[in-house]
Amino acid sequence: MVETPKTYKDLPSTPITFFTTEDNKTGTWRTIRPVIDKEKCTRCYICWKFCPDLSIEVEKEGDYPNVDYDHCKGCGICANECPSNAITMEKEMEK
Amino acid sequence: MIEVMTANYAAAYAVKLARVGVIAAYPITPQSSISEKLAEMYVKGELHGKYFLVESEHSAMSMLIGASYAGARTFTATSSHGLALMHEMLFWAVGARRPIVMAVVARALAPPWNIWGDHMDVMSERDTGWMQFFCENNQETLDTILMAYKISENRSVMLPSMVIEDGFILSHTYEAVDIPDQDEVDDFLPPFDPEWKIDFNDPRRFGGLTMPDWWSEFRYRIALDQEVARKKIVEVDKEFERKFGRSYGGLVEFYNCDDAEVALVLAGSAVGTAKEVSDKMRERGKKVGVVKLKTFRPFPAEELKKLNDMVPVVGVFDRSYTFGYGGALYSEVRNGIYDPAGGALVKNYVGGMGGKDFTPKNMEFIFEDLLRIKKEGKVDKMVEWINIKDGTGRW
Repeated sequence: MVETPKTYKDLPSTPITFFTTEDNKTGTWRTIRPVIDKEKCTRCYICWKFCPDLSIEVEKEGDYPNVDYDHCKGCGICANECPSNAITMEKEMEK
Repeated sequence: MIEVMTANYAAAYAVKLARVGVIAAYPITPQSSISEKLAEMYVKGELHGKYFLVESEHSAMSMLIGASYAGARTFTATSSHGLALMHEMLFWAVGARRPIVMAVVARALAPPWNIWGDHMDVMSERDTGWMQFFCENNQETLDTILMAYKISENRSVMLPSMVIEDGFILSHTYEAVDIPDQDEVDDFLPPFDPEWKIDFNDPRRFGGLTMPDWWSEFRYRIALDQEVARKKIVEVDKEFERKFGRSYGGLVEFYNCDDAEVALVLAGSAVGTAKEVSDKMRERGKKVGVVKLKTFRPFPAEELKKLNDMVPVVGVFDRSYTFGYGGALYSEVRNGIYDPAGGALVKNYVGGMGGKDFTPKNMEFIFEDLLRIKKEGKVDKMVEWINIKDGTGRW
């Protein structure tokens, strides 16, 4: 990790980050969160395919999908696409 | 090796000699013969890099930004509407600090349709942050492209360059061009070696969101680095002269100006006409000088300020017009040489647009008009359109 710049002189010659998007925790943007009901989930991974932020994680084939709450912005696409209605969007405030 | 060729072919030879890694281009008159010549060289296996056909100029510039991020030396060429379509990505190239070099074969914008020489397209891109170099002839087009890579890729500059040749007047006119040897060019222009480039083993985000507290600082860097470029342009011109024996004065060239009574500032192919007319008029005892604006951005305001001590009257010839005011060069030159204590009188002449011939006779008219203003001590009108069918029979 490079030191935070203090003046314009410390900026890189092209606007780049010194880390990848992994360090950008967008989970705090969320107002509703996807919750996967493993009773209903058939492990078809359609949620994994559709997630625009790569925030549905599948460790290995056959595992249940997990939500990466550090990065999931709560868009709800996974819940909308799930053919088994196994994903519900719950209000963050209730948690 | 001296060969007879158009400025467009001279540009293509420069790209070959510069060992450009990625070329992306979309055809448009009068640029097309640059990309056609490069395509021919590519098919024959003569090019160092790769040539990509794209579906628009917007895509051409987008592709080059990506290729430059990956570490490739890049080139494209366009004109007129093609340049206008690129507009969004021109800002992106500057913000991303990509040292792309682009030949712009300057041409009018429609309607009415017109494919001929004019500076309206390039002047409209003044504020993007690109460096802008005008060329007087075909040799200068080849030489300027080689110099542009060296200036742009300097790690303390890292800004893209437009090398501007006048549509048809240079692009389709044959002249003798000295093509340097590959060894000499390799010695002058080392491979592109950026400080930052895409590296899959060290992933980063390029050009992502910057919050308001740091955005101005990135813009301030661009402003400062244009000032650095000002010095590099002069240095590179001198180095080029040492190696190849040709110099273009860096930012600006004063011709016949030392003892001149009046001087005319202009850019592009018309400079050659102005020099010729100036020589002829001097034979008749009329001391008129020519100021060739080689570089439009960064703008050589300090150099032009010398005109206040050289001559009492300065003319500015424009091949473009900023509607509702005057010529683009005029407003820049007048602002640049402004001296609150007085300074030279300035008048704007607009002409030679949309390929209209701008003849030695027209040039002589301007010089005579400037001499008249000198005698009368005042400017009759701010802007005068030259060679217009105004019913007066004057032209």
